[in-house]
This record gives sequence, C-alpha cells and structure tokens, in this order.
Amino acid sequence: MTAPDNKRRNFLAAAGAGAATLAIAPGINLIRVSAADEPQTKLASGKVRWGMLVDTTKCATGCDACVSACHQENGIVEEVEDPRQRSQWLRKIDLVEQGTGRQHSLPMMCQHCAEPPCVDVCPTGASFKRADGIVLVDRHTCIGCRYCMMACPYKARSFVHEPLTTQNPEVPRGVGCVEGCTFCVQRIDRGKNPACVDACPEAALVFGDLNDENSAIAKKLKEVASTQVRADLKLDTGVRYQGI
Amino acid sequence: MDYAAKRSAETKFYLLAALGGLVSAIGVGAALYMEHHGHAVTGMNNQIVWGLPHVFAIFLVVAASGVLNVASIGSVFGKTVYKTRGQLAGLLCFAMLAAGLVVILLDLGRADRIMVAATHVNLTSVFGWNMILYPGMFAIAFVYMWTLMEKRMYPYSKAAGFAAFIWRLMLTTGTGSIFGFIAARQAYQSAVVAPMFIIMSFAWGMAVFMVVQKAMYLWNGMALHPAIRNRFKRLLATFVAAVFYFVAVYHLTNIYYAKQTAFEQFILLDGGIFPQLFWGGWLVAGTLLPLALIFLPGLKDMPGSATLASLLIIVGAFCQLYVFIIGGEAFPLEIFPGMTAGSSFFDGRIDHYSPSLPELLLGIGGIGIAFTMVVVGVHVLKFLPEDDVAKLEAAGALAD
Repeated sequence: MTAPDNKRRNFLAAAGAGAATLAIAPGINLIRVSAADEPQTKLASGKVRWGMLVDTTKCATGCDACVSACHQENGIVEEVEDPRQRSQWLRKIDLVEQGTGRQHSLPMMCQHCAEPPCVDVCPTGASFKRADGIVLVDRHTCIGCRYCMMACPYKARSFVHEPLTTQNPEVPRGVGCVEGCTFCVQRIDRGKNPACVDACPEAALVFGDLNDENSAIAKKLKEVASTQVRADLKLDTGVRYQGI
Repeated sequence: MDYAAKRSAETKFYLLAALGGLVSAIGVGAALYMEHHGHAVTGMNNQIVWGLPHVFAIFLVVAASGVLNVASIGSVFGKTVYKTRGQLAGLLCFAMLAAGLVVILLDLGRADRIMVAATHVNLTSVFGWNMILYPGMFAIAFVYMWTLMEKRMYPYSKAAGFAAFIWRLMLTTGTGSIFGFIAARQAYQSAVVAPMFIIMSFAWGMAVFMVVQKAMYLWNGMALHPAIRNRFKRLLATFVAAVFYFVAVYHLTNIYYAKQTAFEQFILLDGGIFPQLFWGGWLVAGTLLPLALIFLPGLKDMPGSATLASLLIIVGAFCQLYVFIIGGEAFPLEIFPGMTAGSSFFDGRIDHYSPSLPELLLGIGGIGIAFTMVVVGVHVLKFLPEDDVAKLEAAGALAD
C-alpha cells in the first residue's frame, strides 16, 4: 500500500487554521485592550487593611457629592414610593451636640469593622469579610433574612424592596437581598479610590491601607485625633472620623 | 356512634380541614404576592426590618416549644393527667413549629434559596444555631411521640421526654438569643431576654393547649373534670405570673441605666401604639384579666373562664411580641450618643409601621397551617385526651 497523498489534507488544515486565526484574532486584541482596565485577579491580601478617614471639619452641611458619586458608581437608582424602603449605601448625617449646639455633618456608611456583627449573625455566611478587611455580601447566598440589618449598629445596610431593572453590570444587585457600601471594591481592585473619595470637593476623605505606615491615611491617623463611631462596641472599624 | 352521626362528624371534619386549608392557601398566596412584587408591598422598611410575619412566626415557634411541656410533665415527672395529653401536646408542638418556620421562610427576601440556608450554616449566627435546633426539635419530638404511641417503646418515653424537655429549653434560648445578642439596638441586648422567652413559651404553650383541648371536648360532647381543670388553671396562672416577673425585670433593669431611659420612656409612655399595647394589651388583657379569671371568687367558677383566660393570654402574647419586636425597631439607633441626628435615611427619628394586608395574611396563613395540621392529626391519630377519672380518684390523683 502506498503512502497517502496528504497535500490536500494539509492545505485544508492550513486554510482552517488561517480562518480560525482570522475569526479569533480580533477577540484576542479586544481582550488585550480591555486587560488594562480589568480588575486584578489575584486574591485580596491579608497584609492590607483598607480604611477611610473622614475629616468632619471639612465636610459641609448640604453637600452630598459623595452620596451622588456612590449611587452613580454603584447603579443605585430604584425609586420605591416609600423613601424608607430605598437603598442608601452612603448617607449624610447632620448632628447637633446636645448642650453645646455644635454642629457636624458627615458621611455614614458601612464601617468595615474588623469584628463585624453582620458577619457574625448571617446564617448562611453571605455576609463576609475579605482578607483586606472589606465587608461584603455574597449575592448568591444572601437569603434576605435581614438579621444583619438588625445587628448593624450603623444602619449601614439596605434591603432591596423592589425588582430592579437597571444596574451597573459590575455591581450586581437584586430584589430580596441585603446590600451596603463595598468601598467600591470594583475600583479598589483596579488601584483606584472609592468613588466618594474622588468626588469630595473638600478632599475630606482619605482612603488607604491602614497597615502601611507610609500610606497617607496611616500618617494622618498618627498625626490627628480620630474617633471610631460606637467605639464602646469594640468593633475596630475601618472608617474613622476626625473632628467629632 | 351510629352511621348518620359518624357521617355528620366526617363532614364536619372535612369542612374544618378545608377551612384550614383555605386560610393556609391564602397565606401562601400572600407570600407569593410579596415574592413577586418584593417587600415594597409590605409595611417593612430599612428601619423596621422585621414586621408582622415575625410576630406570628415567633409566637408559633415559642408556643410550640412551650406546649411540649404538657407532655414533659407527664413523662418526666410521671403525672398521669399530663401523660394522657402527651400525644396531643406533641402534635401541637409539631404543627406550630412547622407553621412558624413556614412563615419565617416565606417572608425571606429570597425564599427560593431555602437550600442555600440548609447547606450553608454559619455557626457564629444564632439563626445558624436554629438551623440545627429546629430540625433537631422535629426529630426529638418525633421520637418522643413514637415512644408514647408504640407499646414496645414505652420504657424509653421517660428518657425521650427528658431529652425533648432539654432540647426545647435550648430551642427557646436560641429564639430569645436572636434578640438577646443584638448590641446595635437599644431594645434588645439583655441577658434576661432568653430566660424571658423560655417562661413566655411555658405560658403561651399551655394557653394554646387549653384552648385546643376545650375545642376538642366541645366537639366530642365531653367535659374536663373540674379537679383537672383547676390544676391546669393554677399551673397556667403560675406561668403568667412568672412572665410578668421577667418582663418587669427586663424593663426595670433598662430604666436603671441612664442610657436606656429614653427608650423606656418611648416604649412605656410616649410611643403611641406601643405603650397602649403594652399596658392595655399585654398587662391588662393578657396578664391581669386572666389571673382574675383564674383566681377571683366571682369569676373563677364562671363557665368557660379557663378558656377565656387562655384566649386572653394568647392575645396578650401577640401584643407583647408586637411591642418587643416592632416597638424595639421603631426606636432610632443611637449611633452618636449625646447628639441629635438627622438624615434622609431617617436617622434619629422614631419610625412608624403600618402592616400591609399581604403580611397580615401571611401571618394568619401560618395559624391556618398549624390549625390544619392539628385537625388532620387529631382526626387520623385519635389523640383525644381521655381521663380515667375513676382510676385517678382511686389513686388520689384528683385531690386538691
């Protein structure tokens, strides 16, 4: 038996490979282009502890640039009729000291506690703390029991009361689940600041790694007096306040 | 019983079962409506996160563990009068526990994720413990019932009854601790809450048992022996008085701490519906009137006084839970002590809660589920408690 003539087979194989390359190449290029903006795929590091310092002496009453930026970044646009049922990941609180009348205005959000009560009470473990200290809700395992909302001392969590039609693809949300500030984790993983930090016109918010003594936040915390809200609970919050 | 009477009884049974089924179906329908539209159709919100369904569910679960005491007294302490009622108590426990869990589950934001709840258990969560405590209660109650119903298992009924008693104490501790471990809100964190829930379960479970027993006796044209009725009434009154004591301790300890006085002022005096339900609903209707019906000479011999007292205790229980759960949430979180707070998220403001029809129907549906299970269970398993009065009298068990 003579050896088969493979010429035609080789030609077809080469042509097929060429066609496949033509078909896939644009995709490869697209992937390469988008890679620059992709979030990092490595695991969050336990060496890092993300935190924020709010300088309440700079924070102006009536200004809600941080709130708008947060809600735009995270696609929070639902309009439930009852305002008490709307999600608020970040809100401004106006305070008046009893007795002295001294006024403060400050942003309040998830304090990203080192000992988060929401994580303790969550029956399914959907509330969890990342290695770098960011407290998140796993939208796949949240059953919507709202126990975390009962347990959070900062009223920092919201329950999605209505089906959602528009949302940011990077920030999945859904009716029947609990949600709250993520420190804009999708931005942090790209090396950016949370949206509220960049939006503050007074630069009242400093964000960074509490564990890195050379970071701006660590230096500032060494320099100025700061407060943890409800420090009596010893939750070791990641968000600190200056001036209250 | 002749054929016509038996047939009439059968018809009545099917009518009752159908009524229970209908109420249950309406409850499930309400839950589906809430599931479809989201919790926007309820009165619950980001401040008052647990509402009427939780009041019903917690009543059912707490009363379920309490009703089993009737059986435990029989098995553990060897009291014949209670032993006769062990099977009915077990059935009531089963039915109310199941119904309470159904209401809690149907109120979840994602009730479809029940398998997630069953397969992901966080053991630092009191809810997580309950994922073990509730199925455990079903299992132990089942085994206990088996030892009460199957002759060959009789020797084990004391051990099973003891296990059931210990487990039910743990179960109610778990239910109370859901609130007792919450440090965030003024109303809850207190070591008294778990024991308070245990004693509440004793009173509510006994009250439910008395009402169900009365209904079954009326149905069958029977009457409870007065000596037995008096014994039950006195035990019920003891439980009600104990609840009063624990509630008083809970509020008095709160009043003692300066940081809690604003909350107590709200819940006992200024809080509108909550003080009204506390004083009028729980104290007067649910505690003082039942005690009067049990002890006051002019009232205690009135026909139906025990049943009326039991019904009032149940009404008082609902008032108490409403005040405790919803009143506790309506009071604002004190995030910045010493400061007056205001925000678009209603910080520093007392919230108001208007329950919507679907959540009320879901709660009533839970009662319907328990009712249906009991009606069917009693019919199929013939759990009517019948006392051998002659034997009890001979043994001196009916002497006051």
